[in-house]
Parts: sequence; C-alpha cells; structure tokens
Amino acid sequence: MDLSGIALGLETAIQPENVLLCLLGVTLGTAVGVLPGIGPTATVALLLPITFNFDPTASLIMLAGIYYGAQYGGSTTAILINLPGESSAAVTALDGHQMARQGRAGPALATAALGSFFAGTVATVIVALFAPPLVDVALEFGPAEYFSLVVLGLIISIALASGSTVKALAMIVLGLLLGTVGQDLFGVGTPRFTFGVRELYGGLDFVSIAVALFALAEIMRNFERRERSESMVTKKVEGLWLSRDDARRITSPVLRGTALGSALGVLPGGGHVLASFTSYSVEKRVSKHPEKFGKGAIEGVAGPESANNAAAQTSFIPLLTLGLPTHPVMALLIGAFIIQGIVPGPNVINEEPELFWGLIASFWVGNLLLVVLNLPLIGLWVKLISVPYDVLFPAIIAFATIGCYSIGLNPWDVFVIAIIGVLGYALIRWGCEPVPLLFGFVLAPILEDNLRRAMIISRGDPSVFVTRPISACLLGLAAIALVASVMPAIRRKREAVFTEDD
Amino acid sequence: MTDPGTGAGTDTGARRAARADLCAGGTFIALGGGFAIGALQYDLGTAFQMGPGYVPLALGLTLAALGALILGHGVLLALGHRTAEHETLEEQAGPVPWRRGGLLVAGVVIFGLTVDGLGIAVATFATTFLAALSGHRNTPLKALVIAAGLTVLCLLIFVVGLQLSLPLLGSWLGG
Repeated sequence: MDLSGIALGLETAIQPENVLLCLLGVTLGTAVGVLPGIGPTATVALLLPITFNFDPTASLIMLAGIYYGAQYGGSTTAILINLPGESSAAVTALDGHQMARQGRAGPALATAALGSFFAGTVATVIVALFAPPLVDVALEFGPAEYFSLVVLGLIISIALASGSTVKALAMIVLGLLLGTVGQDLFGVGTPRFTFGVRELYGGLDFVSIAVALFALAEIMRNFERRERSESMVTKKVEGLWLSRDDARRITSPVLRGTALGSALGVLPGGGHVLASFTSYSVEKRVSKHPEKFGKGAIEGVAGPESANNAAAQTSFIPLLTLGLPTHPVMALLIGAFIIQGIVPGPNVINEEPELFWGLIASFWVGNLLLVVLNLPLIGLWVKLISVPYDVLFPAIIAFATIGCYSIGLNPWDVFVIAIIGVLGYALIRWGCEPVPLLFGFVLAPILEDNLRRAMIISRGDPSVFVTRPISACLLGLAAIALVASVMPAIRRKREAVFTEDD
Repeated sequence: MTDPGTGAGTDTGARRAARADLCAGGTFIALGGGFAIGALQYDLGTAFQMGPGYVPLALGLTLAALGALILGHGVLLALGHRTAEHETLEEQAGPVPWRRGGLLVAGVVIFGLTVDGLGIAVATFATTFLAALSGHRNTPLKALVIAAGLTVLCLLIFVVGLQLSLPLLGSWLGG
C-alpha cells in the first residue's frame, strides 16, 4: 500500500476547510436525498452547480459528500415511507419499511448507518489498495486501447441493466450523438449541430442533460400516477441503539454485503444495484428463517445496505484510474472533473496526487460524518420527508433551472433541460432506460477523440483495434457481454436477479 | 403519434409493448436520420483523417438501424407474434399528463426566455408559479403563495448564501 499517498490524502482531507465542505456536502446531500422521489443521481445533478465555486479538490470532496449523503437519505426515505429513490434502495425498503411499521424504524436506520459506515471504511481501503496498480496498467494504454475500453464500459453497462438490450444500445448511441453537439475540438473547431446558435458552441451541458432526465422527466412520470398514495410517515423514531441481539444478527450480513459490494461495485452500469439484490438473496438463502424476509428481517437491511455502500465506494476505482463511470453519479463526476479542468483517468494520481488521495481519504471522513450526523438529526430528516409533493416539485424545477443557468449564465442550458426532458420522458415511457444515454453523452468526446487519434496513428487501418492485444481483449469481452445480454437463457436469469422477492 | 398509455381497458400488455416499440423505433430512426443528414454538411474526411462529420454520420446511421430493429420488433408484436423478448412495461402507466407536464415544461422555457431580460427573481417566480400550478391540488392562489415562498428561498440560497453572480434585475429592467 502506498503509505505516503494515504498520509497525503489524510492531510488533505482533514484540513478544516475540506472537512467543513465534506460536512456541508453530506448534510445537503442527505437533505435533498431524503426528499421522496429524488434519487442520488438527481440529488447530485441538482447540487452540482453549487460546488463549482470551490477549487477542484474541495469541490470534488464536497461532491463525494453529497453522493454519500444522498445515498443515506435515500435509504432513510425507503425505510420510513417505502419510497425508494433508486433501485438499490428498493431492496432496503423490503425489510426496512416492514421494521418501521413494527415500530423498529430506529434499529433499521441504525443498521443502515452502521452497515454503511463499516462497508465504506473497508471499501475505502480497497480503493487505496487497488487503484494505484490499475493506474500503472492504464498508463500503458494508447488511443486504441482507450477506445476499446470505453466501448467495453458502455456495453457492460447495458448488459447489467434490466430491460431491452437494443433499446439500451440505441440510448447509448443517442447519448453519443448528443455528445457531439458543439465545436469539434479535435479538428479545426467546426460547430456541429448548433443550428447557428452561438450559445451551443460549447456543447450541451451535462448538468442540463442529467437534470432533464432525472428531475424533469421523473416528475412528469410521477404525474402519470393519478393519485399519489399518501404513504404513512413514521413520525417518531425511537430507540436508535441496536440491542445486543440485533448487533449479533447484523454482523455476518454486513461482512458478506461488504465483500459482495466491493467486488461488484467496479462493474459498469448496475454494479451497485446488482450488489444489493445479490446480497439480499444471499442473506435469505443462508438464513435459518428465510420466511422472515420481507417481514422485517434486520439481516435484509444490513446486507444490502452494506453492499450498496461498498459498491458506491469501489465504483470510484474505475473512475479514478480509467476515467470510466460505473454509476450515473460517476458520469456526473466526470463532467465535474472536466469543468474543473482535470481529465479523469490514470494521470490524475500523478498530476494531482493531493486530489486523488484527498478524495479517497475524504470517503472515510464522509462516512464517519454520516454516522455522526444522521442519527442525531433524524428528526429533521423526518420533517423533510413530510414536505408535500405539490411544494416539492416546483422547488426541484426552480433549483434545476437556476443551477443550470448559474454555471454559464447561458439561457440555452435551460432550454436544453426542456427539450431533453420532453424527449427523455417520451423515451422512458416507451421502455428506454435513461442511464445509458447519460453514459453515452459523457463518454462521447473520449470515444471520438481516441477513435480519431488511433486511426491517425494506424494511418486509417481499423485493424489496429484487434491487432493490439489489450485492445483486442477488451473488444472481445465487449462482444461476449453483448451476446450474453441478448441470449434468452441469460436474459431470464438476469430478469430473475432483478425481480426476485418482489 | 399514438400513445401506448391511453386507451386502457381492452389494451393488453403485448399491444402496449407493441406501440411503445413502434414509437421508440420511429423516434430513433427520425433522430438518427436527422443527425446523419446533418453530419453530411460537415467535412467527412477519410478513415485516416476523420473530419467533423465522420463520427456523427456513423453514429446517426447506427441509431437509425437500431431504431429499425426496435420498430421491426414492434411490428412483430403488433401482428401478434411472440418474440424472444417478452417485454412487459412494468408499471401500468397512466395517461400522458399533457396539461400538467405542459405547464411544467412551459415554466422551464419561460425561465430561459426571461432570465436575461427580467432577472433571476422574476424568472424564478414565473417558473415556480407555472410549476406549482401544475400541482395536483394547487389552486392559482396556492400556486402564487408557493411561488412567492420558493422565489424568496431560492434568492436566499443562490444569491445571499452562495453569492453567485446572477442578474438580479434583467437588462430589460435596466439591471
């Protein structure tokens, strides 16, 4: 392990300013994350603009804090009112909400917090251990390898997701196309698809795209449901401490969940979702009382929550070493890196060691702050959950528009929200997943740059992608993943993973 | 544009899925075709030295092809064929919220149109008012109250708290 790196990281992370920003991030993230119907991706997208004022390290530490806070807030909402903001929290809701109904909301929340903290701590060490060697591998990559790596990442992200593979592929390609809007910076700066609008020369803003898909389109989806069932809000949360029996029961699920999550988190696409679903079914399988699952089994909260949080942590490995997002939030972080003038990838560790190690160390600080902050402030979160939706969504819209506008004072960033929001709403309604579009959009410049670079180096010979061994392996894996995801037998198994224990 | 969500009652899952596929496929073909045609205006270059149009043209054609696949799948479903992919749209979607969704989108567009001219306060108020109006139980009066409250809150957060340099009064108001 790189001890000097970790020392540098801790030194950076515990600077008062950074701790304060991490705390602010965790608080804001939780506050927005607990709001019903707002998942971590929407939370991060909504809060991104306010982090751009700080220097790169501080702003990324704050963003990471927002991400953990949003995750924890989502679990809180899932447990208390059974309205999970994203699919991985849906697993927590299964038993967590049943516990809340039985008056055991306190232990459920404490389990989520402690499990997450433990998982986060372990996964942080894993990131510190495995990221540097991967960087060494990645530094050997040329444009051909990078191109193939991005292709692999995009393909795996749809192989793991549920739903139609062809539609997911189409969403990726649409995202890639949207990513080409703006000046062609590889060449002489020809403006592409800008319709003569100068404001679009810089391209579509990734915050606008994210907010359009995960806030505007999502609200319109909610409008489809005629009447929102007024769900029971658990007004009082008592007895936050775990009994000795509870503590004994959660120990092994937390350990297993941490291991599963750490491993699966590095997979692009649905790694974290897969982690919580798998952890749940594992716990059910090894339990002596599987019939108690779905009826308030504390193991069913401890395992998936730990898995989810460990995965959230290790999903930073591909981001920090290869510049590859494995989670929609990571895709947003890539955008944030680029706005700060940093190209995410293997060069970060050498060129910005303070940022790299500071971010890793702040993972742990953030997780610690979460435990310290969330349990005492639970009363405040409960109040936030009770905000009526009719007030909540105008607030989301206001935040989204002002936030996007504030980044570049460009009204077109706001129009893009409306256009992509409507398009995204229609496509989601027709069974297309929005996440692949976001991945495609963020990775479009990287894909195109490396493709064009590789083709120049090979003097226009496309065989370079299959004659260079690493590139060939990556493309081979991508082909296998693609074939596997359309094979009926595997599809059925995959559906089973995602629909088990409904 | 037919819609898979409306006309409930006799609609079976397969027909809903068929219409969803037809709509999605058609949209992808139109968008892919549009991008491909647009890309032809730019220098394509060669595989050796790709111009700005090369990659968008290839992607546009790919998108159109994928759209055709989805469309074909939809046609098969519509004709009553069982395909390998037994797709069912998970949630029973309600009708398209034209009025409420329209108000919401109009609110966003209004913000973009007015923020430079009238400033952040007026634009935020207009956006939140339209958005609040699309609320389920919100009367115009209630929407006004919500909009006023949210505008103050947003000004406090973005202007006072974060000190972002946003145009308080727009150029039309001499700001």
